[in-house]
Amino acid sequence: MAERLQEATGPGAGSGSTILRRAVPWYAQALHRKSIAIGGVLLILMVAVALLAPLIAPYDPALVRPEIRLTPPNSVYVFGTDNFGRDLFSRTVYGARNSLIVGCSVVLLSAVIGSVAGLLAGYYRRIDTALMGVMDSLMAFPGIVLAVAIMAAIGARLENVVIALGVVQIPRVTRLVRSVVFTIVHTQYIEAGRAIGLTDRRILLRHILPNCISPLIVQGSFIFGFAVLGEASLSFLGVGAPPYIPSWGNILGEARVFIRDAPYMMLLPGLALSVTILGLNLVGDGIRDWLDPMSVGRRLERDQRLQ
Amino acid sequence: MFAYIARRILQAIPVMILVATAVFLLLRLTPGDPTEILLGPEATPERAAELRRDLGLDKPIPVQWALWFSRALQGDLGDSFFLRRSVTQAIWERAEPTLMLTLLSLGVAVALGLSLGVMAAVRQGSWADLCAMVVSLAGISMPTFWIGLNLILVFAVILGILPVAGYQPLSAGLWENLRYLILPAVTLGFYDAALLARMTRSMMLGVLKENYVRTARSIGLPERRVVLGHALRNALIPLLTIVGLIFAGLLGGALVTETVFNIPGVGRLLIQAVLRRDYQLVQGIVLIIAGAYVLINLSIDILYGLLDPRVSRSATPSA
Repeated sequence: MAERLQEATGPGAGSGSTILRRAVPWYAQALHRKSIAIGGVLLILMVAVALLAPLIAPYDPALVRPEIRLTPPNSVYVFGTDNFGRDLFSRTVYGARNSLIVGCSVVLLSAVIGSVAGLLAGYYRRIDTALMGVMDSLMAFPGIVLAVAIMAAIGARLENVVIALGVVQIPRVTRLVRSVVFTIVHTQYIEAGRAIGLTDRRILLRHILPNCISPLIVQGSFIFGFAVLGEASLSFLGVGAPPYIPSWGNILGEARVFIRDAPYMMLLPGLALSVTILGLNLVGDGIRDWLDPMSVGRRLERDQRLQ
Repeated sequence: MFAYIARRILQAIPVMILVATAVFLLLRLTPGDPTEILLGPEATPERAAELRRDLGLDKPIPVQWALWFSRALQGDLGDSFFLRRSVTQAIWERAEPTLMLTLLSLGVAVALGLSLGVMAAVRQGSWADLCAMVVSLAGISMPTFWIGLNLILVFAVILGILPVAGYQPLSAGLWENLRYLILPAVTLGFYDAALLARMTRSMMLGVLKENYVRTARSIGLPERRVVLGHALRNALIPLLTIVGLIFAGLLGGALVTETVFNIPGVGRLLIQAVLRRDYQLVQGIVLIIAGAYVLINLSIDILYGLLDPRVSRSATPSA
């Protein structure tokens, strides 16, 4: 397998700069495209379901009908009904919507705050020690423990879930952006920029930030998966979304008690959750391998996990 | 060497202090009067005033912090109002199930992950490799609690060969203890097994291309010796850090697993404390878990330095 360095422009290259990239053999490229393709299809399916929820869901997810409680899947109730007689398919569909909203919000929150913090920490030495001290101490907590603790402090609501999960991710994004800044900040063209009188702000935003975009995109897809999983876990434990909001975690939490009598309550919504996370992982893997085939960024995978 | 160890320990101390501060601040974040929050539904004005004096809530925040911190260092983490005993005692009583679960899960993750990864690397491109990679991809995509529920469904409900939930302490016999821990351990270890399998596979693939492997093969060493004794050995060192991360991460994963299987461990205690608004207990548990996490990472760092001389000799600390 001949490896040749080739110059290529890629996303986030900034105006006029190039990224050196190893030529990847065709079959490896095909595999990466395939994982993006499969993952992408799964994701588009989920997003479509989430967006079209009011049109797809045959029944109101909150409609309680005790007379039909715990009916197995049939032609009328495709996923069956839960212990309150609510249609599981409708609840799962609306759950997709909530999961995706939480996912996007957490990605936005952590990306914005993390990038700002990372840029500042990477550029200004004095801010760096203080900021990274705080970030390191936040990373000293296992993710779910920190999220649970934050939820304990601020209360169980969907908005607070976004905050809790976002806070868990912010230090990691900060580290990432900061490391990118470190690799660039001492180059000659930044020095030249300063010499001709560019303001710090301009340098940071127009010259350093664009180089952070591809790692941020890769990280973003993993954060998304983490957020979906995290929200489900928190809700499953009872400290996430309140019970009246249809969330995959809530549904599975209630399903646990009825596992003998109604296993379908656990199986089908759980499958939806797993398939979504699978799609996100595939897309994330594919994007990472496409944008940076040499990365040993697997360690981040572990940090992302929120069970 | 000792300088390296001393340096790592010194670096861990400010982190621990910051962690403790973060936990301390967490309670202050909660809206409402801390005494009412701590006492819960039983807050009377007299008890509130007493608690206020006791905790020094009328003093400035830095003094409060110092009081709390000095108490914590002595092992006094306050009292759980719900359980009517000290936080430290409550945690201690539930330490065994969590430790057993964590250790067993680590064993499952390492045994399963390493063997799957090595097998996939050695048979790269074959059906076995593809199967292993598909299984591990599924493993990192399925939520832990769902894996647990499925395992309960198959092995406990349908097949009936393992208990559905619960825990038997070691005092009831090793086999009884393990019987109740098998499903939880596989549940908790599954994700990390999948992760390890993927990483081992990629590390091994890299190592198997090295010159010394080719040499070993050419001088006639049996393949098994080459793979296990030489290739795997060298791939293991970076994997050690992953194992450290896994172990520490299992602490968090235990939360969910203990809830699914009703294991009376520290994780489930934390969730119960949160739901009951038992804030002293929440603080204490979070502090202990974070402290354990820092300690484990520190130990792994030191171990890594002992194993790989390049790390301890360099002037810059490893990331």
